[in-house]
Amino acid sequence: MKIGIPRALSYYAYYPFFRTFFEKLGLEVVVSDETTKEIMDMGIQDTITDACVPIKLFHGHVKNLMNRVDYVFVPRLVSVNREATFCPKFLGLPDMVICSIPKFKNMLEVRIDLKKSRFELFKLCIKLAKQFKKGFFRAYIAYSKACNSLKNYASQFLQGGIPPLGIASQKKSSNVSLAVVGYPYILYDPYLSLDLIKKLISMGVYVVTPEMLAKEEKQKQASKLRKNLFWTFSNEVIRTAYSLFENGSVDGIIHVTAFGCGPDFIVDKLMEIDAKKYKMPFLTVTIDEHTGQEGLNTRLEAFVDMIKIKKAKKEAALA
Amino acid sequence: MRKVSFPYMGTSYIPFKNLLEAFGNEVVVPPKPTEETISLGTKFAPEFACYPFKIVLGTYVQCLEAGANTLVSSGGVGPCRAGLYTTLQEKILKDLGYEFEMITLEPPGRHFKDLLQSIKKLINAPLTLKDYISITRFVWKQLVLLDKVERLSHKIRPLEIKKGEATRVYKKCVELIASAEKYRDLPEIERECELLYDGIQKRDSDPIKIGIVGEIYVLLEPSSNLEIEEMLGELGVYVERSMFLSQYTIYNAVLDLFHMAGERNVKKTAAPYFKEMCGGHGRESVGNAILFAKRGFDGVIQLSPFTCIPEIVAKSILPKVCKEHGIGFLTISLDEQTGKEGLRTRLEAFVDLLMAKRNQTKSFTVKPQIAKEMA
Repeated sequence: MKIGIPRALSYYAYYPFFRTFFEKLGLEVVVSDETTKEIMDMGIQDTITDACVPIKLFHGHVKNLMNRVDYVFVPRLVSVNREATFCPKFLGLPDMVICSIPKFKNMLEVRIDLKKSRFELFKLCIKLAKQFKKGFFRAYIAYSKACNSLKNYASQFLQGGIPPLGIASQKKSSNVSLAVVGYPYILYDPYLSLDLIKKLISMGVYVVTPEMLAKEEKQKQASKLRKNLFWTFSNEVIRTAYSLFENGSVDGIIHVTAFGCGPDFIVDKLMEIDAKKYKMPFLTVTIDEHTGQEGLNTRLEAFVDMIKIKKAKKEAALA
Repeated sequence: MRKVSFPYMGTSYIPFKNLLEAFGNEVVVPPKPTEETISLGTKFAPEFACYPFKIVLGTYVQCLEAGANTLVSSGGVGPCRAGLYTTLQEKILKDLGYEFEMITLEPPGRHFKDLLQSIKKLINAPLTLKDYISITRFVWKQLVLLDKVERLSHKIRPLEIKKGEATRVYKKCVELIASAEKYRDLPEIERECELLYDGIQKRDSDPIKIGIVGEIYVLLEPSSNLEIEEMLGELGVYVERSMFLSQYTIYNAVLDLFHMAGERNVKKTAAPYFKEMCGGHGRESVGNAILFAKRGFDGVIQLSPFTCIPEIVAKSILPKVCKEHGIGFLTISLDEQTGKEGLRTRLEAFVDLLMAKRNQTKSFTVKPQIAKEMA
């Protein structure tokens, strides 16, 4: 039996888990093709205009898969911890997909709500395995292997690599380091982010993304806001920014966001106001399905140049 | 002395002002949102902020300029962005150099202590239990009455012979209700309002019926939805809105206290299409649309601020729902760029289509339930 996993949204955050789990259960896993213009266009066809690009892209990836697998895996991510939930579009994702894509019948909808207890994920995996008529023991092995593979994925990030982009490690020696913050499904999709991260690296920049910071470091910043944000990914982003503001280990921050992204109007403005306070150079890059490559290049080059000049001035003043 | 102000939303400022004054505060009544308010809000708010955020921010700037030093607003538990409005607005306004205290009234279910503390800050007069009861009774009755006269105006407007009369009467009624000083005045005012509406000359016809669903602020604040109800009424359409403030307060303040979900039937109706609570009023929009269809309405209009997340989810689902239930559907995104004439053209076209559809099917019979309501 073939299970299709769309290469969009939660894929970039959790796919090692999904993939290993299904594979160890003995199912064949098919991941949708890497994003291309065609996939994007297919998504745009069926979605309403004011949805954000990542959502449109998800529809495209589902359409890419639906005719060649038995089930398309569409997660309904409700929560992965106690403090936050996800963007409403994640909560309503299966409902949106099924209503928007005509003749889409083979959806495997999985509701992931882990706030109740530590065992919630395990229970969910057992239930899912039962659905495919696999036994408890096999499910348990698949579950623990999947957990390991997710841990492995996270540790690759901590060592300075960006596995979804195929970057194993970066040279620490580069003199400019920039944080690129944003949601994993935008940053790690080279088509959507116009290959922003690789471009920065080729300019000789050391790139830090939210996933590269240790969990504890981010958690420390939780008290900075009087009220936690409601969305898991947004909390990651804002806490990364705060922790970098504080320790000053990067020279600037680039926030990559999608046009019309709901949570980001709050995240972006909060970061912008506080970046001013900490005198941290801050750039917001807004992306949609029409963003041009050249315009982005110019902005990135200008930003990096400006930081280099600033650094040189500082060093001259010190000397 | 606290000089308190709050966001402007429909006619809610009347009971809210009375409540805060009875608690011993000086109240700076927020001005009705105008173009100036909106341009102030747009200037200081982030580009993708939802429309209510911008209007409310603009109102706050105006109130602070008028001398307010305390702002009161509602909070929320998400995942709709409205629950974080005050966090960001406070930051933006303090960054602009204003000094004030922001009091956020969180829903009682999960933040009961916070709520009590916030309310305590707003009580600056010695009051006995009897006072509390009489204040609550008065303010609540006023709120219910305001909703009632608005509902009546929707009902009568499509039937009026002289255009604009219902709107005039409605304004008069709001003035009357606002002028009340104690609970005992209200029953008489209620009768007077009914008489005023009775005095309007009406024609006998069966108007096109449209239900309005969507996000609460753009539903309740006419300046944010370009007075869509008035526009539709003047086109001869009977409009019914899915949400009124008094019912919203019961569901979200009173029932929440006991951890009970409000509008259960609406949520149940929406369940086959919309399985998860996703904040805001997305699920209610879908549920209410189905209920409107079952009651024999001709069409549904969804109002949503541009980039409103729950309504985007609902918007993806509603076309299918409305098609299955054989009811017309129009969605309108509102922001500071939406023009009134453009909207009027779209509404006229929509109403014409509904009319044509009704003539085509001919066999249309008014469902008994709504016929009774219309009488």
